[in-house]
Amino acid sequence: MQASFTVNGTVRSVDVPEDMPLLWILRDEIGLMGTKYGCGIAQCGACTVHLDGMAVRSCQVRAYELDGAEITTIEGLGTPEAQHPVQEAWIETQVAQCGYCQSGQIMQAASMLANNPNPSDDEIDAVMSGNLCRCGTYPRIREAIRLAIQKQGA
Amino acid sequence: MGKLRTLTRRTFLVGSTAVAGGVAFGIYRAKAPFENPNLAGLPEGAASFNPWVIIDAEKITLIAPHADKGQGVFSAQAAMIVEELDIELDQVEISFGTPDKAYMNGALTDAMVPFPQYDYGKVAEGARRFAGGVVRAALPIMGTGGSSAMPDSYDKLREAGAVARETLKAAASQQAGVPIEGLRTENGAVWLPDGTALTYTSLSAAAAQIEPVTNVTLRDPSQWRILGKPMERVDIVAKSTGTLPYGVDHKTDGMLFATVKVNPRQGGVLISHDATAALAMEGVVDVFEITGGISVVANNTWTAIQAANAITCEWGEATYPPEQDAHWTALSASFTDDRLNAEARNVGDVDAAPGAEVIAEYRSPYVAHAPLEPLNATILVSDDRVDVWTGHQLQMFAVDMVAKITGVDRDNVHLHNQFIGGSFGHRLEFDYLKQAAEIAMKMRGTPVKMTYSREEDFAHDFPRHITMGRGIGKHENGKVTALDVQIAGQSVMTSQMSRIGFSLPGPDTQLHEGAWDYPNLNLPNIRVRSYKETGLAPVSSWRSVGAAPNGFIYDTLLDETIHAAGADPLMERIRLMGHDVSVKVLETVGEMCGWNGHDLGAGRGRGVAYVFSFGVPVATVVEVTQTERGIRLDEVWVAADVGQVIDPVNLENLAQGGTLFGLGHAMNCEITYSDGMAQQSNYHAHESMRLYQAPKVNFTALENNPKIKGFGEPPVPPAAPALGNAIFAATGQRIRELPFNKHIDFV
Repeated sequence: MQASFTVNGTVRSVDVPEDMPLLWILRDEIGLMGTKYGCGIAQCGACTVHLDGMAVRSCQVRAYELDGAEITTIEGLGTPEAQHPVQEAWIETQVAQCGYCQSGQIMQAASMLANNPNPSDDEIDAVMSGNLCRCGTYPRIREAIRLAIQKQGA
Repeated sequence: MGKLRTLTRRTFLVGSTAVAGGVAFGIYRAKAPFENPNLAGLPEGAASFNPWVIIDAEKITLIAPHADKGQGVFSAQAAMIVEELDIELDQVEISFGTPDKAYMNGALTDAMVPFPQYDYGKVAEGARRFAGGVVRAALPIMGTGGSSAMPDSYDKLREAGAVARETLKAAASQQAGVPIEGLRTENGAVWLPDGTALTYTSLSAAAAQIEPVTNVTLRDPSQWRILGKPMERVDIVAKSTGTLPYGVDHKTDGMLFATVKVNPRQGGVLISHDATAALAMEGVVDVFEITGGISVVANNTWTAIQAANAITCEWGEATYPPEQDAHWTALSASFTDDRLNAEARNVGDVDAAPGAEVIAEYRSPYVAHAPLEPLNATILVSDDRVDVWTGHQLQMFAVDMVAKITGVDRDNVHLHNQFIGGSFGHRLEFDYLKQAAEIAMKMRGTPVKMTYSREEDFAHDFPRHITMGRGIGKHENGKVTALDVQIAGQSVMTSQMSRIGFSLPGPDTQLHEGAWDYPNLNLPNIRVRSYKETGLAPVSSWRSVGAAPNGFIYDTLLDETIHAAGADPLMERIRLMGHDVSVKVLETVGEMCGWNGHDLGAGRGRGVAYVFSFGVPVATVVEVTQTERGIRLDEVWVAADVGQVIDPVNLENLAQGGTLFGLGHAMNCEITYSDGMAQQSNYHAHESMRLYQAPKVNFTALENNPKIKGFGEPPVPPAAPALGNAIFAATGQRIRELPFNKHIDFV
């Protein structure tokens, strides 16, 4: 099927099977590699992107749901030269070890803070627990979120 | 640490070699005169002073050969060079380099001699030097593992930077006609007395024409600009902006995408298959048999995985007992003389020692590596060469494997090592690479990226080896008097080495590592024996290898005996510890958490554990609360001695991560077999730890260890026993089997 949608502000048109997940459209059709495959069944969160402003697991969003959608990936959230405040906080806190989950962690955290600028510890735990980090960077993720809250409040 | 040492005592100049208009200098340890691999094809006017530094008119390139799977060695290796080279990390390019024996890991042999790593005596150190020489001559291994990258790199990379610096100064002295004593180096340039700066890049051609300066003195840590202080990892911005390419992100023109479906009964054959439905799917390019299974090549990874799922296969039997119970039964029957792997330690007389007995049996299950980046490799087989893009920890063996399958000479197999999205040991294995090579051979001329589905990754992991422990602890008059520990396990080294084509030359030391070398030298009676099983599931090194199960067994038995004696768990561990560096670690963790005088109240408890692994003593205290819904992990304190801290930020991150890795798997994870297949297929069934379960982890690093040590693995082993000991302190329930969630709930 033909699907037309916006990715990071650019209109994209792809011809793909209707049940092809957004994750693989981004990676193998469009070539945006910052969104990661980890599990394929919404258990790890490595593929998290924003769809019309909401954090979603792109492995669960199919091509037929995409027409007219606005997608933001990690590449669209900020860049090395112009970082999003959440990315600044992640860098200052030096969260990443292997880093493979961090695109998803950052997209999830950015979405949370956009909807709730000052979440409680329990709210952070609830929202962020869908994103698996095998290296165990959770203490620094918490720290970076607190720093991002300060940055965004400033 | 930190003595000024001159290089001339221990090294000699190999010589300078004119190549392609440039000159390369070599300075190596006396017994390792390997050629500098950078010399081949070095362009006009460029200089490579040693295997780690290349300078031309445009840029400075540093080679950081150790694989980076998240532990941060890419940054740390470069930092060691730039510290002596007087340049900043953002002024250099860093490369993983080309696999070559010049990058052999000189620290891997530290663990190969029959001396505990806390023994720095003449005999033990002599044996390590001897073993190093034998390995260097017989089989120089380039590899990253065993927490060895820091000890391997520490001297030689600083030397590499110092030699480059002094040679550049000599070149500047000659070019400017100024005595070398009047020159200084800073910010990537040699500075003349009049304030003129000659950049290193502008000096490369001149430096290429002169004899290298090898009489260099390494700086004392008190003079360091970069090392030992918090540094920003060079990959941190890319990893926080989605711009760091991992192997799985590799892109090249005309690339096709593949996946595999291999017999989930490990080692079993493919009897027959039906790919009719798969071949009818849009986007499927080809389906063909490979060793033990099927490969699908398609125009994207998702289509390849969908098609693989649509293939029906008849599989042969596994090479091990199909049901999990039989694995435990086999281990249970392995505590016999004919299965004795080693009597690794025997002090005093445990049988005759006085005191009341604690008798216990412990179990540590198979556990998956499951790094978040699924295994993958992109391979292009061309007419006269093979290119491989993958992240691997044993780079030269990886080249050999691909050379063998493709029939191309190993000199024409080019491995481009990639950043790795976690490994925990899985990237020491070769099956995925061999499968990718078989596919690339079939698709000769077309680059193919082979990616495992997560389900394939779980089905074809070689998990942590299964282990059973039996112990007797004795105590009298409030003191521990004897420990008798027996450990039976599926031999991880036998299994792992068989896949590289080697047989294990002696006992599998991983079956008692972390137990035999527990330095409780004040305990008068102690015996550690290990027993080897080889007929169970194929297994591999899992972050900290034997020290994880053995540390759990040993330290838990010790804790049980201390409680039975009525002694304080921390004070009695300190009393028994005859190793000063370790005593300080235990005292430090006690001070950090306020062990004394802190009344936790009902339903709360603390457990302390200590394990010595990879030369690093680590003590961990876990505090838990029993809630109505289960055990909550409140806070953790960790103290460790790595000898020399290179980057305190990264070290703290590894302490936190390694501790949570150890805790999460101890709480929640096991791999079990049924019908010969792993029953856990994805993270829902093997999730380790999620954020809501993660406690705060406090960390203190000490530097009393006589040598620098690596820290990728040592935080893992004490986490499980510390948690088990804390659960006992809070609830009175002693859990002797991992994972703990088989016996208790966690919130």
